Amino acid sequence: MLELKNIKFTVPTTEGGTKTILDDVSLKANDGKFVVITGPNGSGKSTLAKIIAGIETATSGNILLDGEDITNLDISSRAKKGVAYAFQQPVRFKGLNVTDLISLAAGKELTHCELCDYLTRVGLCAMDYVDRDVNESLSGGEIKRIEIAMAMVRKAPLTLFDEPEAGIDLWSFNHLIDVFKKLRGETNGSIVIISHQERILDIADEIIVLSAGKIIAQGTKEEVWPILSETGSSQTFCTGREG
Amino acid sequence: MNSITEKLLSTISDWRGIPEDMAYNIREDSGCAGRRSTDNIQITSKEDGSGIEIRVAAGTKGDKVYIPACITKSDVDDLVYNDFFIGEDADVIIVAGCGIHTDGHEESKHNGIHRFFLDKNSKVVYLEKHLGEGEGGGKRIINPVTHATLGEGSYLEMDTVQLGGVDTTIRNTKATLLAGAKLVVKEKLMTDKDEVAESIFEVTLAGDDSGVQLTSRSVAKGNSEQTFRSKIVGNAACVGHSECDAIIMDNGVVHAIPELTARCVDAALIHEAAIGKIAGEQLTKLMTLGLTEKEAEQKIIDGFLR
Repeated sequence: MLELKNIKFTVPTTEGGTKTILDDVSLKANDGKFVVITGPNGSGKSTLAKIIAGIETATSGNILLDGEDITNLDISSRAKKGVAYAFQQPVRFKGLNVTDLISLAAGKELTHCELCDYLTRVGLCAMDYVDRDVNESLSGGEIKRIEIAMAMVRKAPLTLFDEPEAGIDLWSFNHLIDVFKKLRGETNGSIVIISHQERILDIADEIIVLSAGKIIAQGTKEEVWPILSETGSSQTFCTGREG
Repeated sequence: MNSITEKLLSTISDWRGIPEDMAYNIREDSGCAGRRSTDNIQITSKEDGSGIEIRVAAGTKGDKVYIPACITKSDVDDLVYNDFFIGEDADVIIVAGCGIHTDGHEESKHNGIHRFFLDKNSKVVYLEKHLGEGEGGGKRIINPVTHATLGEGSYLEMDTVQLGGVDTTIRNTKATLLAGAKLVVKEKLMTDKDEVAESIFEVTLAGDDSGVQLTSRSVAKGNSEQTFRSKIVGNAACVGHSECDAIIMDNGVVHAIPELTARCVDAALIHEAAIGKIAGEQLTKLMTLGLTEKEAEQKIIDGFLR
């Protein structure tokens, strides 16, 4: 279970003042729950994910994982405690391949079968990818799928996905929804997804709406939908024009 | 062959005892510690004693030849001239490499001058590892010189690796390519402490449809300094690409100095160079997988130099 207590994050401005990016954000993501954080661009969603993973440090507030305060732990220690994080913009390497990264994420050597299973789940034909370098030669969609596979393979108490839909093509998007549904069935931990996609909101147990660094709504889709419609933050997934 | 040589051999050329039915020549402290020729590959001493000649018969397919050199003590100044004659249509792997082990205070030096003559349509993969080790303060110096002439339609691939312990190295590679010939160079280099390494390439693309691909990946740590110079001259309709990719750490210094000359409108020559520290986001990504910063750094470097 993830619990955030009064997270505040400010950055200095060029004029010498401070700008508040996150203002008193408190939330809970219970085990087995699928929580979606949504909200307009610039509302602080990605910053919140980075604070949970330890990449950014909150100005004040506390982060608890399964009741343990992890606020002062660095990135590696949090990862070891059980925070898995799929970046919005996956990182490219020179010399590390798909097998290297997925094995590192798993924390052990994976058998060929296990590797194939994870790659197939994210819609990649494993044979074509196991030896591929995770470098500029991969397309945005390919590297994004590998990033998602890396987060899934960790089987962590908390898995964070930052805009998993970004860069994934229309045809694969349905498949991605299935991937998350399946993940939800398998994991005992909590899953937190930052997303704008209505289809992802549809499968959420709880939706948290962030706007200008504050939580402005929280609840089931039915409960938050009126507010979301007002802010215009959700994009309906386009399935193509009919007729 | 002494025990230090055996150990060096296992590192520089994956040596596991004398290979069955393979041609080899092992140089140890400027002497010869073993040699075998085969029907296809003849190894003979030069008449003036300055080195060896390796002659690969035309049409030889899939054979390997080992020609490592080892220096196992201080105060050795080794100079050797080796010539390789590769017959038409032959396809061979040459495993070279040099290891220097010094426990004394005097320097030891290996200067290997290799000349390659590739006949029409022949193919050579040349693998070379350089290694310096030992406790002594004596400097370990390796200066390889390579001159290659690639005949029509021939292919030479040079994979060279130097991952530490060599105090000074100057690598000088010159190649001339006739029509349809291809040269591929993959160089991996890591320096630390006060080590100095310089790699100089001069490739002349003389024939139509010839091509060269030079790739250098290097890591400079400590106070070490590296220089990568590549000169590609295109005299015909050819393709030349050199790429220098370097990671610097601590006080490491890397110079990348390209020179491209095109004397034919159909010569397409490119040089790319990138020098910088390990990208912060790469470290962050691996740390989010549970690696410490040090472990992440090591993984990134191991992968980069793989």
